[in-house]
Amino acid sequence: MLDKALTGSKKYWTLVIILLGISGVGVFTYLHQLKTGLGITGMSRDVSWGFYISQFTFLVGGAASAVMLVIPYYLHHYKKFSKIVILGEFLAVASVTMCMLFIFVDMGQPMRIANVFLYPTPNSILFWDATVLSGYLVLNIVIGWATLHAEKKGTSPASWVKPLIYLSIPWAISIHTVTAFLYAGLPGRHFWLTAIMAARFLASAFSGGPALLIILALIVRKYTKFDPGKEPIQAVGKIVAYAMSVNVFFILLEVFTAFYSNIPGHMHSFEYLFVGIEGHSKLVPLMWTSVILAAVSLFLLIPPGFRKNESILVFACITVFISLWIDKGFGLVIGGFIPNHFGTVTEYWPTIPETLITLGIWSIGFLVLTILYQVTVSVREELGTAKSEY
Amino acid sequence: MKIDRRKFLKLTGATGIGLGLSATDIFTKGTVEASSGHSRVSTAATRLAMVINIGKLKTDDDYQRIIDACHSIHNVPTIDNPKHEVKWIWTDTYKHSFPEQINEYHPEAFMKKRFPLLCNHCDHPPCVRVCPTKATFKRPDGIIQQDMHRCIGCRFCMAACPYGSRSFNWIDPRPHIKEKNTEYPPRTMGVVEKCTFCNERLERGEEPACVESSNGALVFGNLNDPESEVRKILNTHFTLRRKPSLGTMPSVFYVIGGEDYAG
Amino acid sequence: MYNGGKIITGLIIFVALATFPFYANFGKTVELPSELEAEPDEMHLGNIPLVNMRSEHMKLLDQWRDEVVRGGKRFIEYDGDEYEKSLQNGCLGCHEKQEFCTKCHTYAGVKPYCWSCHFAEGEEGLL
Repeated sequence: MLDKALTGSKKYWTLVIILLGISGVGVFTYLHQLKTGLGITGMSRDVSWGFYISQFTFLVGGAASAVMLVIPYYLHHYKKFSKIVILGEFLAVASVTMCMLFIFVDMGQPMRIANVFLYPTPNSILFWDATVLSGYLVLNIVIGWATLHAEKKGTSPASWVKPLIYLSIPWAISIHTVTAFLYAGLPGRHFWLTAIMAARFLASAFSGGPALLIILALIVRKYTKFDPGKEPIQAVGKIVAYAMSVNVFFILLEVFTAFYSNIPGHMHSFEYLFVGIEGHSKLVPLMWTSVILAAVSLFLLIPPGFRKNESILVFACITVFISLWIDKGFGLVIGGFIPNHFGTVTEYWPTIPETLITLGIWSIGFLVLTILYQVTVSVREELGTAKSEY
Repeated sequence: MKIDRRKFLKLTGATGIGLGLSATDIFTKGTVEASSGHSRVSTAATRLAMVINIGKLKTDDDYQRIIDACHSIHNVPTIDNPKHEVKWIWTDTYKHSFPEQINEYHPEAFMKKRFPLLCNHCDHPPCVRVCPTKATFKRPDGIIQQDMHRCIGCRFCMAACPYGSRSFNWIDPRPHIKEKNTEYPPRTMGVVEKCTFCNERLERGEEPACVESSNGALVFGNLNDPESEVRKILNTHFTLRRKPSLGTMPSVFYVIGGEDYAG
Repeated sequence: MYNGGKIITGLIIFVALATFPFYANFGKTVELPSELEAEPDEMHLGNIPLVNMRSEHMKLLDQWRDEVVRGGKRFIEYDGDEYEKSLQNGCLGCHEKQEFCTKCHTYAGVKPYCWSCHFAEGEEGLL
């Protein structure tokens, strides 16, 4: 089936070449980082994780696109997802690939990365995160490929695929939970030390992942003969609406606890993010953008009348995506480090090389996604099943 | 001539190997966090600790001597950019060092006083808990050690340490080492480092360098030995530890007051 | 053959890439360091067969490293004398790096990165 990736329209090849180009710039910049050290990034001894780890944290959410379709389709036999479920699985493959690349480029000694498995350390959450992420990647590649292969042959997937699909559901929950635990178990980091951290990760993943899926599905419909159908998109839109509402609710819970308790350590990071501390306010405009976009998205998603209009739905999904990207990509990770353990502020902003490497990884992710979607669409075009009946 | 690993080790290590614990033994014994009932205190025979008597540190030179003693023998680089700084022992104000234990009415002179800060060699070290490769681990004597050969530079320990005691080598430290001590290996780019309580000096029967150069302001010893000097000071002086509410149980104590604290 | 041209071109590219290390070094002569020719019964510090030291020293260093760093066992006794299990204070206390390490590493084409941290007899260069 992979040969389908080698045949495509001119548009397909243009996209592939553009993505390869951006990835190339990223790889080249990474080689520079490898030689001169992580000092070329904006990170510091106070903000010791930056863009790389925050992108990884955000993208774990992208992987939720799979499980949010797998549960209705395989557990509740919601047949309308039959065409779109594989898009979710392949988006999860691309997302987790990016996650792992982001962790890799963040390492100070990447050639020693195998130490995580050579000296397995069950008390380290990072060990578990590496384990669940690589497991989820394998699960989705195998499930996605096997089901597509069966579809191509006109048969139902082999009997061993079903147990894997069921396994992938709790496994999907685990990747968000374990990633949240990276943060939620650290003494002295009040912004992260919250019992609902994993719940927040699930809520933001279950809104962000499907929102991205809707955007991608409609792009695929625009440029290929593949049509995921109207009703499935509406159903995913409903998922985004509910999950985003819960996500915003959870954040408000955090705000209440911090400010009603009036405990300084719990308020400091929020203050830094939303009003700034002692004139340090680099992230304030971004964070308010995130808040406004979140409000707009809820306004457009909750009333069914708006959501049923596909253009409004897509716009709402874009606002969800950007809002969450800022919230997780900047607010959550960077905010947790500011102020530092001495009560002083060292700000963070990504540098140009850091941004290029980040763009490079996003581009590799989209390349993986483009290829997988191209294969899917080609198979269905050949079978004449590219159009959903719903 | 072919010889397998087992035979080779038998030949070469006829002496050294049988004596000590293997690396894995050390790890498992070293990281068991002794918690007996409600008491979270270590019950090991040895728990190395330090008492810092702030009153005895008077001039800027008193502080600088301590820092220089440590940084010069351990090849700690001097990097001007505060974002990339590497430090094993440094100083800061009371407000920054003990942020949970301040009020607005402390004497002004006291608030200007500097406090030497270093790795606390916690009894319940969060850095050890989070390290994905066991590169940082707790020794049976309580020292939190960092294995530079195994560190992958993920910086999870830096996120976990509530004391800002860990430094990452953001840039190549070599050009920034002022005076090189060829007996002690410097570190490479991309690993995390920190104070080791001078384990290499302890093995030679010497005190940590900062203690030795402090004219008695810093005292080092076994916290679990009731007769040790550190225990004698702790029994007779009021002491503080940094961020006690986090339950990390630091092994570095600060004697506050008692003597004149004005710098 | 279906798509024969493409397959053959692909094969040629693959073979060219896979054999790159061979022809990249082709024609270059590297002299065997004389140190590699040890007598089988020559001993080091009384009880370490020299031949083994040459082929297995990396394992010894690896073991020492763990014993010193992780086990706190810094010293080792040979023939009644105490030695520090240390690359820079032990081995290179007697041996000179160029002869003792670099020569053979160059011959074998390996680049261990010990020297990005450890000092060698007062110099700071990398291997």
